[in-house]
Amino acid sequence: MVRDVNVNLLTDNIKEMCIEATHYLSKDMCAALKKATDEEISPLGKKVLDSLSENLEIAGKEMIPICQDTGMAVVFLEIGQDVHFVGGDVFDAVNEGVRRGYVDGFLRKSVVGDPLIRVNTQDNTPAILHTEIVPGDKVKITVAPKGFGSENKSRMFMLTPADGIEGVKNAILTAVKDAGPNACPPMVVGVGIGGTFEKCAYLAKKALTRDVSVRSDIPYVKELEEEMLEKINNSGIGPGGLGGKTTALAVNINTYATHIAGLPVAVNICCHVNRHAVREI
Amino acid sequence: MDKKIVKVPLSKEDAKSLKTGDYVYLTGTIYSARDAAHKRMSEALAKGEKLPLDVEGNVIYYMGPSPARKGRPIGSAGPTTSGRMDPYAPQLLDLGLRGMIGKGKRTNEVRDAVIRNGAVYFAAVGGAGALLSHCIKSSEVIAYDDLGPEAIRKLEVEELPAVVVMDSTGDDLYISAVAKYKKD
Repeated sequence: MVRDVNVNLLTDNIKEMCIEATHYLSKDMCAALKKATDEEISPLGKKVLDSLSENLEIAGKEMIPICQDTGMAVVFLEIGQDVHFVGGDVFDAVNEGVRRGYVDGFLRKSVVGDPLIRVNTQDNTPAILHTEIVPGDKVKITVAPKGFGSENKSRMFMLTPADGIEGVKNAILTAVKDAGPNACPPMVVGVGIGGTFEKCAYLAKKALTRDVSVRSDIPYVKELEEEMLEKINNSGIGPGGLGGKTTALAVNINTYATHIAGLPVAVNICCHVNRHAVREI
Repeated sequence: MDKKIVKVPLSKEDAKSLKTGDYVYLTGTIYSARDAAHKRMSEALAKGEKLPLDVEGNVIYYMGPSPARKGRPIGSAGPTTSGRMDPYAPQLLDLGLRGMIGKGKRTNEVRDAVIRNGAVYFAAVGGAGALLSHCIKSSEVIAYDDLGPEAIRKLEVEELPAVVVMDSTGDDLYISAVAKYKKD
C-alpha cells in the first residue's frame, strides 16, 4: 500500500529538530561526557569537562545554543519505498524546515551560497540532504547540524589493499593527531572504510549519527573501534587539547564493499557537540 | 585558590606577567573578529586605510555569536579555531594587538610575532558558547555590519574564563601539556 506523506510534515519536524539538536545533546552523548569527566586525570582537563557539563545545563535551561557554531544542517531521509510525497518538492520542504529552524530558533547562519564568492545566505540554507530508499512506508529523519571546527580537520585517504588494517589505523590516528586542539576534543570519530570515494565519506558521516555507546556488530570492526579509542586516548591531547586522557568519546566505524584495487578510508571528525536528532514519521 | 582576574585591554606589564598554563578571568573590553573581518582589516591596511578599531593594547576574541534572544546581549559565544586567522595575526600584533582569544594551534609566524611584541594567546573552552555568553555583558557591532555573525563587535566582559596557552615567551601549552599525558 502506498502511503501519502505531505512534505509539510518534513518542514515542521525538521524545524523543530534543528532547534532541538542545537540545544540538547542526545542521551548517549551526555552519558559519555559524564563518564569522561569522572575518569579524567588531568586537573585542567577535568575543569574543561566540568565547563562542558555546565554549558549543557545552561543551553537547555536558557535556550542558548550549546555552541555558537550551530553548523551546516545535514539531513538524512530514509524513505520507505511505499511512501508517496505530496504537497510540494521534498528538497524545498527540507530547506524550509532548516530556514525556519535557524531563523525562528535564533541559530547562527553559517552558510555562504558559493564557496568562493562567499555571501551569507542569511537563513542557513541550503541543507545537505542525503536520501536513501528503504523498505516500508515510514520516513526516518535524522538532523545532524555539523560545525566546521571539526569538519575542517576531517580527512580522506585512498589507501591501497597492501596498506591493510595497519594502514587504516595509521590513517585514523594521523587525522586525529593532526586535528588536535582545533577540533574541540573530546571528539567523536566517524570512520568509513571501503566503497568508492564518495560512498566512503558518506559512511564516515553516517557513523557519527550512531549512538556512541553502540559498537559495530561486525566482530573485527568492533575490535578496531575499541583499539582506536584506546590509542587516541593515549595521545595525550585531552579535553580542549590542554592535555589529558579524554581525547575521544567514541570511534564509530562503518564499512562497505570496495574494489579489488582500493581501500578508501574517510575520517570525519566531530567535536564533543556531536548533534543529532532522530524522528520517524 | 583566588580567581586570577586580568584587566582588558591588556597592559604591557600584565601581558609579560602571564605565564603559559595560567587559568585567568578576563574583565573589561575586548573585540570579536573572525575570518571575514580579518580579511577586510588586512585589505584596509594594504590600501593604507585606518582600521575600525585601534588594536594597540587590545584583545581580539575569535568568535562569531549566534543571534541574541530578546533581552540578552548576545547568543552563544564560544571561540572559533584561531589557525584560520594566522595569515592575518602577525600584522595586527605588530600594530600593537596584545592578546588573542581562540582555540587551537598557531603557526610559527604567529608565535614569533607574539614573542616580538610581548603578546599573549589565550584559549577559551571550545563548544562552551552558552556558558561563555554569561560573561558577556554587552555587545555592540562597531564595523562590517553586513558580515552578520562575522561583524566586529565591541564586548564588555566580566570574568571570561581563559587559559594562557602561549605566553609572551612563546611557550606553547598545546605542546607541553599533551607531552605530559601521552602514553606510548
